[in-house]
Amino acid sequence: MQEEKNIRVLTGNEACAEGALAAGMRFYAGYPITPSSEVAEVLAVELPKIGGVFIQMEDEIASIGAIIGGSLAGVKSMTATSGPGFSLMQENIGFAAMAEVPCVIVNVMRGGPSTGLPTLPAQGDVMQARWGTHGDHPIIALAPFSVAETFALTVRAFNLSEKYRTPVILLLDEIIGHVNEKVNMPDTTALEIIDRIPPAVAPDKYLPYEHTECGVPPMASFGQGYRFHVTGLAHDETGFPTNSGREIGRLIERLHRKIEQNRDDIVEVDAFMMDDAETALVSFGSTARSARHAVRLAREAGKKVGLLRLKTLWPFADKEIRAYAGQIKNWVVAEMNLGQMAHEVEWALAGAAPVKRLNKVDGDPISPAEILQALPE
Amino acid sequence: MSEQKAKKKDVTITINEAWCKGCVICVELCPESVLEMRSGKAKVAHLDQCSACMLCELRCPDFAIVVVDNSKVDQSSE
Amino acid sequence: MFNYDQYLRLNKFPLIWCSGCGDGIVLKSMLRAIHKLGINKDEMCMVSGIGCSSRLTGYVDFNTLHTTHGRALTFATGIKMANPKLHVVVVTGDGDATAIGGNHYIHAARRNIDITVILFNNFIYGMTGGQVSPTTPKGKRASTAPYGNFENAFNISGLAQAAGASYVARATVYNAVQLEKYIQRAIEKKGFSLVEVLSPCPTAYGRRNREGTPVDMILHQKENSIPVSKAESMTPEELEGKIITGVLVDTERPECRTEYQRLIDHLKEEK
Ligand SMILES: Cc1ncc(C[n+]2csc(CCOP(=O)(O)OP(=O)(O)O)c2C)c(N)n1
Ligand code: SF4
Ligand code: SF4
Ligand code: SF4
Repeated sequence: MQEEKNIRVLTGNEACAEGALAAGMRFYAGYPITPSSEVAEVLAVELPKIGGVFIQMEDEIASIGAIIGGSLAGVKSMTATSGPGFSLMQENIGFAAMAEVPCVIVNVMRGGPSTGLPTLPAQGDVMQARWGTHGDHPIIALAPFSVAETFALTVRAFNLSEKYRTPVILLLDEIIGHVNEKVNMPDTTALEIIDRIPPAVAPDKYLPYEHTECGVPPMASFGQGYRFHVTGLAHDETGFPTNSGREIGRLIERLHRKIEQNRDDIVEVDAFMMDDAETALVSFGSTARSARHAVRLAREAGKKVGLLRLKTLWPFADKEIRAYAGQIKNWVVAEMNLGQMAHEVEWALAGAAPVKRLNKVDGDPISPAEILQALPE
Repeated sequence: MSEQKAKKKDVTITINEAWCKGCVICVELCPESVLEMRSGKAKVAHLDQCSACMLCELRCPDFAIVVVDNSKVDQSSE
Repeated sequence: MFNYDQYLRLNKFPLIWCSGCGDGIVLKSMLRAIHKLGINKDEMCMVSGIGCSSRLTGYVDFNTLHTTHGRALTFATGIKMANPKLHVVVVTGDGDATAIGGNHYIHAARRNIDITVILFNNFIYGMTGGQVSPTTPKGKRASTAPYGNFENAFNISGLAQAAGASYVARATVYNAVQLEKYIQRAIEKKGFSLVEVLSPCPTAYGRRNREGTPVDMILHQKENSIPVSKAESMTPEELEGKIITGVLVDTERPECRTEYQRLIDHLKEEK
């Protein structure tokens, strides 16, 4: 049988919008910001055509508020932004984590801090994605390295968000967002699409924050007859505020457990030429493109170099990295920030081998040549 | 909970002491001086004077006082 | 006698509010209005921000959402846009709606989205212990205006009116029957509707400003209320310190979600 190919040339931002639609996203709220605006612009055209809703809100705080509302009303929802807007969203990201409302937040990273470098790439929001909102909270963050993978990981972001009732952050960067690439569009009818688990019990028996074994409580939507309460205050299984230390402890423990005990399902790492590698690069997003190229060049020169490319940034791929601890003699972490991910790699390896940092924050991408130069002799 | 039946008008006033916070709103705004305060809670003192105007129930912020005009109960739409 | 119980989460009682707080009177008026409209509880969605008044959503047997400070209208907008079948009512305080949430407030009114806002105006930040609010009258005291408020206060109904709301009314807890009528009309209204309720806060505002007992504060409302029809022929000096009550706006304008639906339907036809 001849496979029919559907090749399109898309930017990462466009692929993100297409992936979201394929995942079943039908509500988008956002506020324009470079370099993310094309995500909104595509969806403003496409959503009403299929009965979905696009709305431009008055700011990013409103945007994330609106998508949490949309999701509670039962519709898969998303927003997209960049650094300054991502900063504004933090309080309500915490709300989504606490109230366990699935939603996807796309951050097309640009240089910071502050207004920083609106049109230039950076990867400086890695830690903000993890710890931007206050308090101990779980989070999932994904980072694609190509346009095709942006499509795939956007679908995956929705799937993980629905499966684990949690906000998922998709970290693109200016390069991924704007680069044009050929994408072999997947057959959207064949994609795996995961939806939130609906309650299996009658409304009077429904516990919207039940301490289930898998850690994820079933989720009803507003208007379905369940009439539950949602709050950002610490709450018990019924969803109502509680002052009981035991109940508060159980809630926070479960919020973390539902991600931690499923981390193998969530964490994805692409091991490239790692089998016999003695030196390993660790990278993600657009920097991983240069890193892959650098690995090829190094191999041509006869050096045993491989790349561990993180597709999931949070939870961190500590186990996957540690698996190579005995094999790898030197580690090099390349990223467009001052070492946010390197910190985690060092922690994961606990001194097993030296970790070299290759960092750049001037808006200029890290080139393969720079990576080659950073490799040990 | 205390419940009293009026002698003249057929009215029942119920005060839920567990919810009453003793704000005195019902007592002071009752046009017929039916209610009074006792140990920090509203109490029915002169039920016979009650005109069933419902003002106390309307203004009690704590859902603690319920007035039932028994003559109207049957045709009420509840 | 009205059976409030059918709309309440009775196991959460007694209410968290202070003795004599006006918020409970507003809650009762809301429930009577909803009952008169015959709205199915499953189709009612109540959204609140943060503050004393915003705790209301925990007590009512609807779809309820207690959000973040100032942001209730943003969540409510998402709910209404995603599921227009739901009746969406926002419960908010003066600080919640007009200080931290001021931007959302004017934009929700501008969009004329079909949401009803019940704004509990007590002139103060009740929950955090009595700090000055954008509606604290000039000269009045707050813990952060210890010498009297030197700023000008917002006219929050006027703000909604100017931003494009379809329905705006102001009422007091003293006149709870009128309040109920306005809330009923506001929920019925297709478009952004606001009922600004003056709800006494004896604890954080009354005490500090020597306004007396809860009863004194309610009677003060009675004595100083001027119906909007009468206020029209009065001078600003005469209106100083008065509460203008009544329906300030009642008009028909295109509603946000309805307009979007027209777009969806239009695009479908084009196919
Ligand atoms: C972002 C944020 N800032 C500040 C607070 C603290 N806070 C809680 S309620 C409140 C003010 C509430 O006043 P108002 O909205 O007038 O409601 P009231 O309590 O008077 O009903 C403040 C400042 C908060 N919860 N969140
Ligand atoms: S119903 Fe009227 S007269 Fe009777 S107790 Fe209440 S306020 Fe007084
Ligand atoms: S109004 Fe209600 S709470 Fe206040 S004293 Fe009367 S019964 Fe008690
Ligand atoms: S502090 Fe004021 S607004 Fe808050 S519950 Fe007490 S009286 Fe009501």
